[in-house]
Amino acid sequence: MTQADLIVLDQVNKRYGEHHVLRDVNLTVRQGEVVVIIGPSGAGKSTLCRAINRLETIDSGVISVDGTPLPAEGRQLARLRAEVGMVFQSFNLFAHKTVLDNVVLGQVHVLRRPKDEAVRKAQELLDRVGIGGQAAKFPAQLSGGQQQRVAIARALAMDPKVILFDEPTSALDPEMVNEVLEVMTALARDGMTMVVVTHEMGFARRAADRVVFMADGEIVEQDTPDGFFGAPSSERAQSFLAKILTH
Amino acid sequence: MDALLIESDTVFAAFWMTVRLTAVSALGSLVLGVLLTAMRVAPLASLRGAASVYVSVARNTPLTLVLLFTGLGVGANLGVELSDDIATNNYWLAVIGLTAYTSAFVCEALRSGLNTVPVGQAEAARSLGLGFVKTLGLITLPQAFRSVVAPLGSIMIALTKNTTIALVVGVSEASVRMREMIETYGDQVIEIFFGFAAGFVLLCLPMGLAFGWLSRRMAVAR
Ligand SMILES: Nc1ncnc2c1ncn2[C@@H]1O[C@H](COP(=O)(O)OP(=O)(O)OP(=O)(O)O)[C@@H](O)[C@H]1O
Ligand SMILES: [Mg+2]
Repeated sequence: MTQADLIVLDQVNKRYGEHHVLRDVNLTVRQGEVVVIIGPSGAGKSTLCRAINRLETIDSGVISVDGTPLPAEGRQLARLRAEVGMVFQSFNLFAHKTVLDNVVLGQVHVLRRPKDEAVRKAQELLDRVGIGGQAAKFPAQLSGGQQQRVAIARALAMDPKVILFDEPTSALDPEMVNEVLEVMTALARDGMTMVVVTHEMGFARRAADRVVFMADGEIVEQDTPDGFFGAPSSERAQSFLAKILTH
Repeated sequence: MDALLIESDTVFAAFWMTVRLTAVSALGSLVLGVLLTAMRVAPLASLRGAASVYVSVARNTPLTLVLLFTGLGVGANLGVELSDDIATNNYWLAVIGLTAYTSAFVCEALRSGLNTVPVGQAEAARSLGLGFVKTLGLITLPQAFRSVVAPLGSIMIALTKNTTIALVVGVSEASVRMREMIETYGDQVIEIFFGFAAGFVLLCLPMGLAFGWLSRRMAVAR
């Protein structure tokens, strides 16, 4: 393993009862890399994503973040999770906190930043994702696209080493997809390490360094966006692309 | 009406005792109820088990028995003395019994409140690096609390009325005073009865209204 390998999955297996959801998954994400994971529904993309910050436990194999294998639930794991941002399909903003407090909370209670510094940083990040003016509102008062941008700001506030996105635009009305993808594209351009599960092929072509295709719990193939979309080597990837691209 | 007017000082004193019992036990049962709720969702199976047994026992035992147990069992038999003054001692025994009993209901309400909080809220908290205690204390419990303000109000109203059972450990709250007065003023039973009933209604009615108002005000929009 080289210094620049940020996330390493080594022979990871996960079962739900009889259902084998991740099969011998090996994946390395380097510092600054943007990896897009695509694949049919039920392929195990979410499970993979959630396993990386241990919201889902695995049955065998090792997942390391920045050289440290994921510890069991406890203080150490909490510290590690703080370094791995997560953006969910359903935003999951804290419903009883204002937009500003959503972005401040982790900084104060996990990183122990002084309140005024955390507020300044939160305001800065909210401006950066284009919702500085809504800081005092509650999440339910925002559109889906705005909520997701707050969620991205909340993740960024922790100065994470990597951010995981699990279908960040799937719950959005079509007209709001782009405002979120634009923020993500800008992040990718700024060198943030990102793992993105998405069906947005345009984003994958534009922002990804590598596309990982999963099916039935396995990584079937991975390549640069040009390589993958130009000439997918596996039959499953070909038929998957044929299906989504004819739409 | 004479009796209530003549005795207004002692009647107010008795109701003041009711108010004190209610307020202090309410506070105690909220604190203990939160603690029990945290135990019931804790990662440690032994904590979950202990809290669950406690809640089942406390909820299914008549309050009279609970208070007799604190009075006779804890107070007289084990000889626990909370104060030199016997009245103060009995008062605290009653508070302990009422708290022990009511906290089980508070715990049940909060737990049902926790079930209304989407699981994504805790996942987002954990993914930020918040541990079990902070996730519960900052994210899930506050939301659970807001969703059960109305049922908590009912529990507090029940507690107010339940303080009358403190008479079994010798606390002179409103219902004891009522009984004494009925014995003294046998010709005014109806007036005395309605007077005391009105006192309880005056205590409980505003509580219900306040909790209803709070419940609407504190509701979390999703
Ligand atoms: N908690 C669970 N219990 C049982 N089975 C589960 C659970 N979570 C996921 N699964 C199963 O595991 C498989 C992989 O699920 P996962 O959510 O990772 O797929 P996905 O690739 O993200 O799909 P989608 O594109 O629909 O989000 C699916 O077949 C799903 O039914
Ligand atoms: Mg998924």
